Amino acid sequence: MISVDYYLILSAILFTIGALGVLIRRNPLVIFMSIELMLNAANLAFVAFGRSWEIAKGEPFFNGQIFVFFVIAVAAAEVAVGLALIVEIFKTKKNINIDEMNSLKG
Amino acid sequence: MVITNYYLPITQMVAMTSELLVFLVLSLVAIASALGMLFSRNTIYSALFLVLNFITVAVFYLMLGAPFIAMSQITVYAGAIMVLFLFVIMLLGAENLTSSPTQAMPWQKPLAFILALTLTVESVYLIFARAKLDTIITAPDAATNSMENLREMAMTLFDKFLLPFEITSILLLVAMVGAIVLAKKEKAGSKS
Repeated sequence: MISVDYYLILSAILFTIGALGVLIRRNPLVIFMSIELMLNAANLAFVAFGRSWEIAKGEPFFNGQIFVFFVIAVAAAEVAVGLALIVEIFKTKKNINIDEMNSLKG
Repeated sequence: MVITNYYLPITQMVAMTSELLVFLVLSLVAIASALGMLFSRNTIYSALFLVLNFITVAVFYLMLGAPFIAMSQITVYAGAIMVLFLFVIMLLGAENLTSSPTQAMPWQKPLAFILALTLTVESVYLIFARAKLDTIITAPDAATNSMENLREMAMTLFDKFLLPFEITSILLLVAMVGAIVLAKKEKAGSKS
């Protein structure tokens, strides 16, 4: 007996852990991973809502899953650019601590 | 729910209970791996915990009758994205970053914990008490996992969502060009 609430609560907890990671960690790689975790939690809510709609209507419904598909594509693009930026910052500063990234021009 | 359970066949009740059990165990794994990602000192361990979390979420997608999304989650997230992360971690040698002794804002950490706890309690309370979203999620049957269903999803993707799909391709192209430009800049600068 799983209701859609359970999935939403799990999604909320995972999202909060991701947000906490962005706030407390100083390593930009871990911050990036936390952002991925938050995207993933949102995806889980999308799919759970889509499934509950499907069950309520009794017919196949794919909009939730297709949204998740797009989110995965956007996350891949974001990671490619973000990691390139981190590598570039590391090359110029020899350090990637978030607290020391406080100037716009390297 | 107890009343509706009353006239269900015993096999169906067992199936539902085992489903709940699977859900609870998997969510425990998901939350534990997320916390492990958060609190690992070594970045490599963080990345591997995140892979575990992604795979757990992929199993949730299977339970929610989304096999295609589950497989793309494993190939794209747990495969491609995390390999990229591990490459960068090893390339930079950033496994153990020494945290700077002087934190910019020392009160930030406790405040972050308090705010995150508030957010969790608030959202759980709202979902339980207010939302009244008590649709029962049943396990996907053979029809949900069939090839026919996948074909129908593809028809939706390439018919109703064709324009977003094409825009996604442009987005990926832009990201690729952006990554190449960022990676190349250093070399051009040193040459001139």
